[in-house]
Amino acid sequence: MPSMTMIQALNSALDTMMGRDPNVLTFGEDVGYFGGVFKVTEHLQQKYGAKRCFDAPISENGITATAIGMAVYGLRPVVEIQFADYMYPGYDQLVNEASRIRYRSAGDFTVPLTVRMPYGGGIRGGQTHSQSPETLFTHVAGLKTVIPSTPYDAKGLLISAIEDDDPVIFMEPKRIYNGPFDGFHDRQVSPWSKHAASEVPEGYYKIPLGKANVVKEGEALTVLAYGTMVHVALAAAAEAGIDAEVIDLRTLVPIDIETIVASVEKTGRCVIVHEATRTSGFGGELSALVQEHCFYKLEAPIERVTGYDTPYPHSQEWEYFPTPPRIIKAMRRVLES
Amino acid sequence: MDDMSRKPNALDLHIPKPRARPGDKPDFSGWSFPEPGSTPKPDIEESAVEMRDFAYGLIRVLDMEGNALGPWTPSISPEELRRGLKYMLLTRAFDERMHRAQRQGKTSFYMQCLGEEAIAVAQTIALNGDDMCFPSYRQQGILIAREYPLVDMMHQIYSNAQDPLKGRQLPIMYSSKKEGFFTISGNLATQVPQAVGWAMASAYSNDGRIAATWLGDGSTAEGDFHAAMTFAAVYKAPVIINVVNNQWAISSFQGIAGGENTTFAARGVGYGMPPLRVDGNDFLAVYAVTKWAAERARANLGPTLIEHFTYRGGPHSTSDDPSRYRPADEGRCWPLGDPIERLRDHLVSLGEWSEEQHRQAQEEAVELVRATGREAEKVGVLSTEAPQRRAEMFEDVYKDVPWHLAQQRDEGA
Repeated sequence: MPSMTMIQALNSALDTMMGRDPNVLTFGEDVGYFGGVFKVTEHLQQKYGAKRCFDAPISENGITATAIGMAVYGLRPVVEIQFADYMYPGYDQLVNEASRIRYRSAGDFTVPLTVRMPYGGGIRGGQTHSQSPETLFTHVAGLKTVIPSTPYDAKGLLISAIEDDDPVIFMEPKRIYNGPFDGFHDRQVSPWSKHAASEVPEGYYKIPLGKANVVKEGEALTVLAYGTMVHVALAAAAEAGIDAEVIDLRTLVPIDIETIVASVEKTGRCVIVHEATRTSGFGGELSALVQEHCFYKLEAPIERVTGYDTPYPHSQEWEYFPTPPRIIKAMRRVLES
Repeated sequence: MDDMSRKPNALDLHIPKPRARPGDKPDFSGWSFPEPGSTPKPDIEESAVEMRDFAYGLIRVLDMEGNALGPWTPSISPEELRRGLKYMLLTRAFDERMHRAQRQGKTSFYMQCLGEEAIAVAQTIALNGDDMCFPSYRQQGILIAREYPLVDMMHQIYSNAQDPLKGRQLPIMYSSKKEGFFTISGNLATQVPQAVGWAMASAYSNDGRIAATWLGDGSTAEGDFHAAMTFAAVYKAPVIINVVNNQWAISSFQGIAGGENTTFAARGVGYGMPPLRVDGNDFLAVYAVTKWAAERARANLGPTLIEHFTYRGGPHSTSDDPSRYRPADEGRCWPLGDPIERLRDHLVSLGEWSEEQHRQAQEEAVELVRATGREAEKVGVLSTEAPQRRAEMFEDVYKDVPWHLAQQRDEGA
């Protein structure tokens, strides 16, 4: 089985689906000839022709809206928003349109649309290339939100998203496009090729939406994380020698409540980690779900380790980013109380 | 900055104002329109650059005596014209009754298209039956001209047990895939770039169908309109983008949307899109420009922008009183007349219609609406006592009901 980076795995997912289904096409800013600024759509235009992989005007509003129209027609468009931070001009089309067309037409019209967007920090991208706006999508009834953390999951989840009959927001943790990042920015970065989940089948396979993955079993506490933070949380647990159970949520909506509840009921302790700002962040939802379902099994207050409620800063990036030392502190508080 | 330190200058913020507000006489003085029949008709292959003057003129076929004049006179049979006239009469009768039904408390909301009937009806007849329409909320004439059951429109307006949209949508926000009528949003202009995307998909799949979409003069200010224009022009999408300039966006006159210094059709010039400006109350002219744009789109020559110059005869919706923001008699003074009367006069002048037939057709329309109304009201009107089945509220959010929605459904049951 070939070893792939997350970028190669995403490219392979698009390639697989475009090969299988003539209704799948992809477009976005710099997506066609150039293959995307992160190269996720590389070679697809050469292989499938410009009509199936093309450049779009710099209008996220137009990209999102025309893709909705295509999906309503019956195609399965996959659009790339160059950075999640650029989504907002198209946000109205997601919130008021894509998410509600099935509902308001009583199932007469549907929107099988996938919106891909690199998100997250740790790349020295500053305020407009580092945001983690997942909660702006999870709050919207009618959208599904998916975030992979490995090349293997990225391909299987993207194929599921493309085949899904509802609009899916597919957020790609760009810090780990080329290698799993453990949160220690001053240490050597290891490539995906050294990670087991970089073994990616060349052909078609799916990872179902709505299913979390227990990436490390443990007894002391449960960590709920997704995207880049899965790797950071694993590194934190290893660094501190804490027997944490680390759950990669993979899909935020619909959330895999069973996996979360089974773990927290076992450990009685829970730490939630995400890059996004804390207030009204997805951690708030997770915390509420855990206390609603596991209150009598909880041995300690739930902890959140998140980005701060500031815009994403540039030079202070490693103060802002939820690094292993911050996660370790939270784990210790949870264990000691 | 204090006044003493300010240098003399010419700056003064300009806020556009309409010519007449309540208490004023309607003022259309100084408006000049090209004579009916005076605008040339270009070949569908004409380049957008050569067509720039069309943005500033007005295509007219019917004169005010009902004669059809000039090169835009379409070849359309009297039979088709009578069909169009009857759909317009039915649309007006339907509007009249449903507006009243809202006043009687039978529903929460209604929107008429009084005075704009020719646009949706003539365009629907000019399009193929399977072309896809992305309307705003004032093109009920499309459904009527495609003979969608009137009673289903009423069920939707009453959110009753037979509402095809299961009581979820505001009245008049119809949806019918079968009739090629896209679910009306209620947000403004969002449908325009969606129509462009649909048209791109149709070209991609080369299935021969085209898209048409409508928005008001006011909502051309939305970013969606400009994104739609860009994408339609860039990809030569087979789409007709219709700006219905009915002069008023609720209480804001069209100058607030940018109509003071240029026309809405002129928006097409900057995008390299043929701009046609047409008398929206002239059934024949609307039909002719739509045929032209549809042929052009079907020949893969790309999109057309059409500005329909008309007047919103009624309120924006049942939620506003136009006499509070414009002269009450402004609509009656509209220099381009009433679209129904003008088509009637044309058919009469052809010897294909009579006053008597017209009165009879009018009565038939009113009676059909009345009978259909009774049928719909028997099923139910909007009521808090008889809400839709509660569980249906949780369906169609997604294809399948996820666990969290099932839980919310069950916990309140």
